Amino acid sequence: MFEILEKERIAPKEYDMWINAPRVVNHVKPGQFVVIRTHKKGERIPLTVADFDRENGKIRLIFQAVGKTTYEMAAMKVGDSFSDVVGPLGTPSEIKKHGTVLMIGGGVGIAALFPIIRGLKQMGNKVITILGGRTSDLVIMKKECAEYSDEMIITTDDGSEGIKGVVTDGMKAVVNRGDHVDYAWAIGPTIMMKFSALTAKDLGIPIWVSLNPIMVDGTGMCGACRVTVNGNIKFACVDGPEFDGHGVSWDELMARLKQYKDQEKISLEKYLSEVGETSWL
Amino acid sequence: MALKIPNNKTPIAEQKPQERIHNFKEVVLGYTLEEAITEANRCLQCPTHPCVSGCPVGIDIPGFILQLRENNLEKSHEILKSYNNLPAVCGRVCPQESQCEGVCTVGVMKDHEPVAIGKLERFVADWNASHGNESISEKANSKKGKVAVVGSGPSGLTVAADLAKKGYEVSVFEAFHEAGGVLMYGIPEFRLPKSIVEREINSIRKLGVNIETNVVVGKTLTIEELRNDYDAIFIGTGAGTPRFMNNPGTNLNGVYSASEFLTRINFMHSYEFPEYDTPIRVGKRVVVVGAGNVAMDASRSALRLGAEKSMIVYRRSEKEMPARVEEYHHAMQEGIEFHWLTNPIEYIGDENGNVTGVKCIKMKLGEPDASGRRRPIPIEGSEFTIEADMVIEAIGQTSNKVLLNTFPELKLNKRGYIEADPKTGKTSVEGVYAGGDIVTGAATVILAMGAGKAAAQAIDEYISSKKKA
Ligand SMILES: Cc1cc2nc3c(=O)[nH]c(=O)nc-3n(C[C@H](O)[C@H](O)[C@H](O)COP(=O)(O)OP(=O)(O)OC[C@H]3O[C@@H](n4cnc5c(N)ncnc54)[C@H](O)[C@@H]3O)c2cc1C
Ligand SMILES: Cc1cc2nc3c(=O)[nH]c(=O)nc-3n(C[C@H](O)[C@H](O)[C@H](O)COP(=O)(O)OP(=O)(O)OC[C@H]3O[C@@H](n4cnc5c(N)ncnc54)[C@H](O)[C@@H]3O)c2cc1C
Ligand code: SF4
Ligand code: FES
Repeated sequence: MFEILEKERIAPKEYDMWINAPRVVNHVKPGQFVVIRTHKKGERIPLTVADFDRENGKIRLIFQAVGKTTYEMAAMKVGDSFSDVVGPLGTPSEIKKHGTVLMIGGGVGIAALFPIIRGLKQMGNKVITILGGRTSDLVIMKKECAEYSDEMIITTDDGSEGIKGVVTDGMKAVVNRGDHVDYAWAIGPTIMMKFSALTAKDLGIPIWVSLNPIMVDGTGMCGACRVTVNGNIKFACVDGPEFDGHGVSWDELMARLKQYKDQEKISLEKYLSEVGETSWL
Repeated sequence: MALKIPNNKTPIAEQKPQERIHNFKEVVLGYTLEEAITEANRCLQCPTHPCVSGCPVGIDIPGFILQLRENNLEKSHEILKSYNNLPAVCGRVCPQESQCEGVCTVGVMKDHEPVAIGKLERFVADWNASHGNESISEKANSKKGKVAVVGSGPSGLTVAADLAKKGYEVSVFEAFHEAGGVLMYGIPEFRLPKSIVEREINSIRKLGVNIETNVVVGKTLTIEELRNDYDAIFIGTGAGTPRFMNNPGTNLNGVYSASEFLTRINFMHSYEFPEYDTPIRVGKRVVVVGAGNVAMDASRSALRLGAEKSMIVYRRSEKEMPARVEEYHHAMQEGIEFHWLTNPIEYIGDENGNVTGVKCIKMKLGEPDASGRRRPIPIEGSEFTIEADMVIEAIGQTSNKVLLNTFPELKLNKRGYIEADPKTGKTSVEGVYAGGDIVTGAATVILAMGAGKAAAQAIDEYISSKKKA
């Protein structure tokens, strides 16, 4: 059922796929995700729905190969199928007229940010987008984001494109030149979201972040995904994944993401010993 | 005559504790035909047969035991099946001591154990699986109407099977990637082998029931869509959301809800990691909070994963413990350590966010509370710390809100469960029925099945009368 219809490598270790998922596509909204399993012995992993095509019943997933399951996905071909795709899960983003919104994306988080950018633009917001990465090639979806942004700012660590620096430098530049920002969104690596939230706090901007804790069911049945926000325990899969960035206990989240570090290493090494060479990634 | 009855139940083969704590295979191995007939002979076939009214679905217990005694196993199975769609499951997990066996006439006699009704039920169901020829039922047709069932736990499966037998077209929608509810993701393999649950589910599929997995109603499909496309809906979504005590340190690594711990192990097969991809932490010193079936399952699973010490802390005493007696005995045999009248108040962690200990306080029992059990009261100044690298909270569940939040017309009770007529499963919304844990709160397999049976009957009546009108 969940056939891979298109697949493209968009950056080293980063892939863009369209999957046949007619049930998911009907109700999906920006900010939501699916949980997938590649095969019957596989792990359930959450991936954001980066885009969707209701007419043709397909959803778009953009992912980075970081471990066993995402390596396996990267090795799958057009015509192969995932054994399971369930969704749309999570609470959708608050797409409404805010005024001016500052959209901050990094890594594959840009994929999750894209449908929110589009939604906010279609609601009539002024959209300023900041995309960051180590180097120009790793900043994905520039063209698509630009299409729905009033302004695009790129930041790269090595200065190969745009501002030499990190996304928070872009945030400060926007505010320092006198722009008023009503709301911000930051989606990317946890450390990037943490510092974007801290910077937004200094700049007096409310900010949404999309948290990526380890999940199992994705429907509120296990509590694996719990995070602390404003001192309360929340289940990211149902109460989120978007939360008030100023209230997140970041260090706790980062510690929880390392919960299975040792096992993840065993799993990936076993996989690599079975498939051999992976320089094609 | 009574004197001729052996005092004790016919012993049943079990894996030895020292062996079984290293594997996830079933603990109880079951009766041979000879043993089953010997046990069946302990039944008096007493005319009052209180066991029948002790059974939440009123199985004709002397009836199936009589047929077993006479070696008419097929007939015996037929009797069981006509009351209970999942006899191999119920024989294994029902709390018989507080139901049929609790009131059995033999058990009331001095120094006598009751008839081992559960073990006999299990025997007959297992015998049928390996010998019986699957009775071929007529396929469902859509002539009588279409029914949607949300959730594939025991309540949903029962509704589906009963309505399919009556000639309805039934679709079951399940959020997870496999059907079975708690039978698949909660109760461990060593108590209820998943192959048995799959067998029972296949026999329900053969009735023509269509089970679609990976569908979260409220997200993937909306309630409005179901109401438009089906003549009636049954909601059997269980009491899925784990509760936490909210002690400081709850989000330390190594602190689990029993739901997550057991789902990873049973459903995702993490005990077979890395053959299966889903990981689980292996605790050396494990503290499980609570003393119900779920807590027993969690502590015994931790032992099988490789824990050196698996402990249960419970704020009340042994007497108030809600677990099935058999599970408690098995846990004791396996060396689970019990700390009664003890309550955790804080989880202590190291600089990397891993749990290292459980701060507890001693309790004493006061006056009876709303549940009729004596209320546990903390003893001031009695705090102490248990060293532990894993904590599993098994203190209960609440209703999952994913579906309920999208269906505001549906009336809930004070505890957040669906308000439904206990006799029919009827809810506040016409054509919508509910049963099982989502109505009662966490209860038992047999009660969920009983609710399913009642709802199937009521749904049949509802649709028939609507079609006539
Ligand atoms: C709501 C949500 C949306 C996400 N969207 C995307 C996306 O669009 N694109 C993308 O590339 N990644 C996304 N992620 C992260 C993605 O789920 C993980 O990268 C993936 O699970 C890694 O699995 P693995 O087996 O390849 O690697 P592993 O070796 O298992 O893990 C690598 C790291 O990924 C994280 N992780 C592992 N297992 C899980 C799990 N079951 N659930 C969540 N995180 C886990 C851990 O931090 C771990 O250290 C999202 C995560 C969440 C929670
Ligand atoms: C670890 C454990 C041990 C237990 N041991 C025993 C025992 O020994 N004896 C006993 O009698 N009872 C035991 N119980 C209790 C028993 O399992 C439950 O009372 C029973 O399973 C309830 O059945 P149910 O049909 O109401 O729901 P469940 O079995 O909970 O099934 C509900 C199903 O609905 C699905 N669902 C939820 N929301 C949605 C949605 N929105 N859309 C689609 N699907 C959805 C869930 O994924 C699940 O599969 C135990 C429970 C646990 C957790
Ligand atoms: S109460 Fe006991 S002895 Fe009487 S019929 Fe039931 S099982 Fe047999
Ligand atoms: S992933 Fe299980 S509750 Fe969120």
